[in-house]
Amino acid sequence: MLLIACPWCGERDEVEFHYGGQAHVAYPSDPEALSDAEWAQYLFVRDNPKGPFAERWSHAAGCRRWFNVVRHTVTHEILAVHPAGRPKPVIA
Amino acid sequence: MSHELPEHPDWLWRTPDPKRAYDVVIVGAGGHGLATAYYLARDHGITDVAVLERGWLAGGNMARNTTIIRSNYLCDASAAIYEHALKLWETLPEELEYDFLFSQRGVLNLAHTLQDVREGIRRVHANRLGGIDAQWLDPDEVRAFCPIVNTSPEVRYPVLGATLQPRAGIAKHDHVAWALARKADAYGIDLIQGCEVTGFVRDGERVVGVETTRGRIGAGRVALAAAGHTSTLADLLGLRLPLQSHPLQALVSELLEPVHPTVVMSNHVHVYVSQAHKGELVMGAGIDSYNGYGQRGSFHQIEHQMAAALELFPIFARAHVLRTWGGIVDVTPDASPIIGSTPIENLYLNCGWGTGGFKATPASGRVYADTIATGTPHPLAAPFALERFTTGALIDEHGAAAVAH
Repeated sequence: MLLIACPWCGERDEVEFHYGGQAHVAYPSDPEALSDAEWAQYLFVRDNPKGPFAERWSHAAGCRRWFNVVRHTVTHEILAVHPAGRPKPVIA
Repeated sequence: MSHELPEHPDWLWRTPDPKRAYDVVIVGAGGHGLATAYYLARDHGITDVAVLERGWLAGGNMARNTTIIRSNYLCDASAAIYEHALKLWETLPEELEYDFLFSQRGVLNLAHTLQDVREGIRRVHANRLGGIDAQWLDPDEVRAFCPIVNTSPEVRYPVLGATLQPRAGIAKHDHVAWALARKADAYGIDLIQGCEVTGFVRDGERVVGVETTRGRIGAGRVALAAAGHTSTLADLLGLRLPLQSHPLQALVSELLEPVHPTVVMSNHVHVYVSQAHKGELVMGAGIDSYNGYGQRGSFHQIEHQMAAALELFPIFARAHVLRTWGGIVDVTPDASPIIGSTPIENLYLNCGWGTGGFKATPASGRVYADTIATGTPHPLAAPFALERFTTGALIDEHGAAAVAH
């Protein structure tokens, strides 16, 4: 069970949150210009690291706001929490 | 009190040191890797093969699944490959000369909502058109087939009916792996445990070998069969794949008298339950939503799955959980596997089986072996090529595969 610190509400149990997958995936600036393979990369392919992973969570049963978390995918240790829209933090 | 220890039984396979090179190197000695090795030898006479395993043989998802075998999928491509697997399961114990307790006790997929009923009946029709055994049962027929299911209209999500595949069932997963390993070994294939792949040897666009914790091993072809760790291997080659690795948990009760005659799955309240031959109730749930490689998930998944099980089976109220565990499943965007070649020459891919790989074991190995041996996709594997994510010809089993992903 994860204990996640919502930037607005503080630490809450994982069951209050909804998972949103990889963070910082920008919508292509000119989708029409992409090849099918490039579009497939955007649509279907996400990083799947064994280690720190920048991901989105929504406090679905609380303030309902989205934010970003850097979590280690083996230990589940949460290394950083930051509001949406901020750049990915550098994890040493 | 001094007793002589009994003789250790013969090992079922050798423990060879790796050779300098092989025709085919398979990465991952789980069910799919072992089946691939077996069928490379049986169907194609290719025996210069090594199966490399970073841990111990069949110690990953092969040791962690809930052993359900069925072929009642909605999409044609899925139904075809899983039905091929089911037909192979029916003859494999004799062929492998090893009783792995394959028990065709049927599987019920319960319907709890009008949408479930419509989906179930549709799937029964689709399965019958595809030559797969399937029946629709009303609640009375469900009770007659599996008397311990609570079919009372008083529960939160009453049972409105169920699909039944009579030929479905369970098998003893460890024995399946051992049976395949023994035969592969007898063909002269090297099963090498404690040998982790740490890199790939490339010659331009081609893969020509692997770097391992036991040194460099040359390979004419490299075939990945590494389930939840496929992405970490592909990353070594700069190959990004449409896979996300998630924890999937299961649990068993203590040993009980035989009370459960079949396999029951419920998509809506989300649990699946069977009773193993020894007597423990085996229950599985859904994946944890987040990515994870830790082979453990969150406790609320277990709680949720137990609540669902108790509503369906009040008789289990006093049973104790003996053990829970997790595996790592690699899930694709359309919840269907990826089988075939890659943009990197001589590198083959078999992954993305998500929550449903065990049942496919023999077919997966057979069509993968054929694809590797001939260099062209086996007809049953062709729809599952990696290119489908570019062409858009997805095999969308989300919500259609009789289980929620």
